Amino acid sequence: MNLRRDVFQAIADPTRRAILLLVASQSMTAGAIASNFDTARPTVSKHLQILTECELLEQEQNGREIYYLINAKKMKEVADFIEPFRKMWDDRFNKLETIMKKYKTKK
Amino acid sequence: MEQKTKLTAEDGKQEIVITREFDLPLELLFRAYADPEIVGQWMGTKVLKLENKNHGGWKFQTADAQGKVLFQANGVIHEFIPNQKIIRTFEMENTPFGVQLEFLEFERLTDDTSKLNMHTIYRSVADRDKMLGLGMSQGANMAHNRLQEVVGKLK
Repeated sequence: MNLRRDVFQAIADPTRRAILLLVASQSMTAGAIASNFDTARPTVSKHLQILTECELLEQEQNGREIYYLINAKKMKEVADFIEPFRKMWDDRFNKLETIMKKYKTKK
Repeated sequence: MEQKTKLTAEDGKQEIVITREFDLPLELLFRAYADPEIVGQWMGTKVLKLENKNHGGWKFQTADAQGKVLFQANGVIHEFIPNQKIIRTFEMENTPFGVQLEFLEFERLTDDTSKLNMHTIYRSVADRDKMLGLGMSQGANMAHNRLQEVVGKLK
């Protein structure tokens, strides 16, 4: 099995990306994650299983609850790890430039 | 094509350097960082406070259409020198991301072009990688509202 390819398949799915984004800002239980989606709970569980299997998510036992947290190290192994972050700033700066060019012509 | 925005994040270091050249005079580039209304426009957030002075504070907030707060960040401005530099802290509230230190340097290239050098320092390598990972999981630190959109489409 090509695990690396699986990682890309994992992040290609929009629901799984949304889950990653949720968990990236805060570790959460499966229930808390599922409450953010209208999708059936077993579907969310399946997504969590896939993300955990390819090690993008880690599980952490906290009392009786299992929390999911992001595995930054694994995310980093995915090609172009920093590209989305760069792209985000590029988009922002493009916007800044557009706004200020209009601002300039207004004056 | 050469990228206008460059990002350097060396392995094992707790910092990120982002540089960008703008087709804007230095004064206009700096104004985009100093004028609260303009900051709000390009950052896509509401600027609740922006005290452009040494030891000033700032606070941004993004809410959805129903007024639910999606994102809130704050920090202090350590040093503010118009058209030269801003040194400030940045912290997203209600997230496990700790405070980060930002050095923003503004440079005149020609009468019509300028350059921004943004040097961000995190508490640890792990914290930095976590922040980079946030970009990876699509959306962005500022764009929690984008997540709302994604989730909305799934319905």
